Amino acid sequence: MIDCEKCEEVMQPYLDRELDLGEYAEAEGHLDACCYCRRRYRFEMELRRYVRYVVSEPMPVELKERLAALRLAL
Amino acid sequence: MQEAYARAFRSWRSYQSGTNLRAWLLRILTNLNIDRGRRQQRRPETQPLEAGDYYLVDRLEEAGGPISDEERVDQRLSQDNIVSALSAVPHDFRDAVVLVDIGDFSYADTAQILDVPIGTVMSRLHRGRRILKQQLAEEVAAG
Repeated sequence: MIDCEKCEEVMQPYLDRELDLGEYAEAEGHLDACCYCRRRYRFEMELRRYVRYVVSEPMPVELKERLAALRLAL
Repeated sequence: MQEAYARAFRSWRSYQSGTNLRAWLLRILTNLNIDRGRRQQRRPETQPLEAGDYYLVDRLEEAGGPISDEERVDQRLSQDNIVSALSAVPHDFRDAVVLVDIGDFSYADTAQILDVPIGTVMSRLHRGRRILKQQLAEEVAAG
């Protein structure tokens, strides 16, 4: 299992959903077992949500759908 | 600054006019730039960026005690803190942070939008987030 230092290192890519499955499972395992890192994970999530709320309007649903379609076409 | 985004989107090969993507991101950028004249952007290399990812939460807990599960981030950081700190992030780094953290784009899509390699996106994100947290910590420390 990974330690707190490694968990801190992978926290952002974990939140970005950019880890591979093995790394993702390791991070999940650590977060399930460690309340110190879990609290920090929760803070990072909340911070992102807050930043998004403060600076932006939500992306319109129609725009999201069109972007998803563009990605499929790549 | 707006020109930087316009350039980025011209180079995004899947960008099509009429998606309103540019308008949406420009609106975010405009919001961030409200504060721009007031604050001198810092050169990123002068920042102590070796701090880890838990830097900000550690500083907040030092200043105001442990953050409970029920506590909301806005009890520790004001909206002004966020706008001001984001405005102080150099725009190359901020572009990456805005696209991933706010636009919810993948690293690959962000690389395509900004027309840079994916490794550049990752390093800009890393530095941008570090600077943002550093700025937020300073805002809180300054009261």
